[in-house]
Amino acid sequence: MRIPKPPVPNALKRRPPRPGSRPAGNGRAAAAAAADKELRRQEALEQAAEVPISVVGWLDERTGASPFLRAMLYRKTPRGTNWYYTLGSATLFAFLSQAVTGVFLAMYYDPSPSNAYNSVRHIINEVWLGELVRGMHRWGATVMVVLIFLHMGRTFFFGAYKYPRELNWVVGVVLLILTMAMAFTGYLLPFDQRSFWATVVGVNINASGPLLGPYLADFLRAGPEFTATTLSRFYAIHMLLIPGLIAALIGAHLYLVVKLGTTAPPWLKAEKRRELAREEI
Amino acid sequence: MDARQKEQYLREYSIMKSEGKPFFPYAVLKDSVMACIVLAVIILMAVILGAELGPKADPTTTSYVPRPEWYFFFLFELLRIIKPPSIVFIATVGVPTVCMILLILLPFIDRGPERNPLRRPIATTAGITVIAAMAYLTIEGALAEAPGQISLKVPPRYEAGKLVAASSGCQGCHKIGEAGNAGPGPDLTHIGSRLPRQAIARTLINPTAPMPSFAALKQQDPQKFNELVNFLSSLR
Repeated sequence: MRIPKPPVPNALKRRPPRPGSRPAGNGRAAAAAAADKELRRQEALEQAAEVPISVVGWLDERTGASPFLRAMLYRKTPRGTNWYYTLGSATLFAFLSQAVTGVFLAMYYDPSPSNAYNSVRHIINEVWLGELVRGMHRWGATVMVVLIFLHMGRTFFFGAYKYPRELNWVVGVVLLILTMAMAFTGYLLPFDQRSFWATVVGVNINASGPLLGPYLADFLRAGPEFTATTLSRFYAIHMLLIPGLIAALIGAHLYLVVKLGTTAPPWLKAEKRRELAREEI
Repeated sequence: MDARQKEQYLREYSIMKSEGKPFFPYAVLKDSVMACIVLAVIILMAVILGAELGPKADPTTTSYVPRPEWYFFFLFELLRIIKPPSIVFIATVGVPTVCMILLILLPFIDRGPERNPLRRPIATTAGITVIAAMAYLTIEGALAEAPGQISLKVPPRYEAGKLVAASSGCQGCHKIGEAGNAGPGPDLTHIGSRLPRQAIARTLINPTAPMPSFAALKQQDPQKFNELVNFLSSLR
């Protein structure tokens, strides 16, 4: 690629050589100079090409990441791995989409009872692409819940929760519960009639539980009644507490997936390869 | 699974794995395609369905009828099915908690070596039953009129009274149009043709046993009370 020349005022530009001012009859020297220049250009290019390699090398020397990455990227997935196996990563992608759109919403959202509703109005009406991003966050939640259920259904019907992946199933169920909690706490934030009263009912339902119920409800409301603190408490739970837990547990979930490997479809049996069979004899 | 079965599974799995393809680029390609589809669906839903914002939350009104997000509809429907107040917590907290505990314990309950859904009749049937039950409850919950909402069409001058009736919990015992419970109180859909206006007002103030009296409402807010009586006597 050629780098465009910077705009230089005429006075500073180098004058082209006047005809006849070139050292005459010295063609060989000129050719040698040109070849030398070309050589230096090649060297510079090679050096430039070395830069990313040396940067990666520098990082690798200090982190030792490349064997890890190689093992992760080139690990084998069992024969018969099909589209059903993309549901987990699709859920992860939906979570990432929620995280990104959530960050942008948080830039404009104000979690105080007097301003919350107006800040959402502001996002919809005035912020550039605000309506789209809010729509994406709202429907992304639905998509994520649906994908989690599909992913869980796949795991259930393929018997993928059995030995040695029991623990990963448990982590997955906790992630499901946390996602539901996200949906519940996020519902209040627009602070319109619908979200407010649905949340009041939801918290009352929590309160009706035996033993822990009343305490949980008091914790959510920040007291026995809905107050100004309630909204900011829901906001903090929705954007700090649960996302942190979810991210950590997704890490654990993925670690176990990589460590234990994804299952093969249960209807496939391992073919005894000829050379293996011969070895057995 | 005993030790031998575990050993056998691990051996078979390592053979299946050795016959498979590397994660990159084969699985990564599929995952990327899926991610694009997910993003496209989210954007399409955002553009087509939008995100409505209702009127601002007002803690002083009690007439507003809450509706949960659709994936909580099955809980909502459980609440409608289970009526007696003494066991409501079974619907609200008991059933979900038990379901979640069972879900967490699933791998410790079902420890057989078989993985093919066709050869695990109990697990597969249970799974399909749960999905069907949840789908049924979700659909019922979606179609059900929210408690405290009256779909009956009335002339605009009775709308205020309708709101009072909807928010006063009449439908806990009375049917009004399609909404509400059939008992123990009588059907109010045509109450105006059975009782004159005065009789309705008298019943509201001085009702028969389980029904609460509306005398307090008449004292505090006579206009609201009148609107309620007007609405009820308009039901012919």
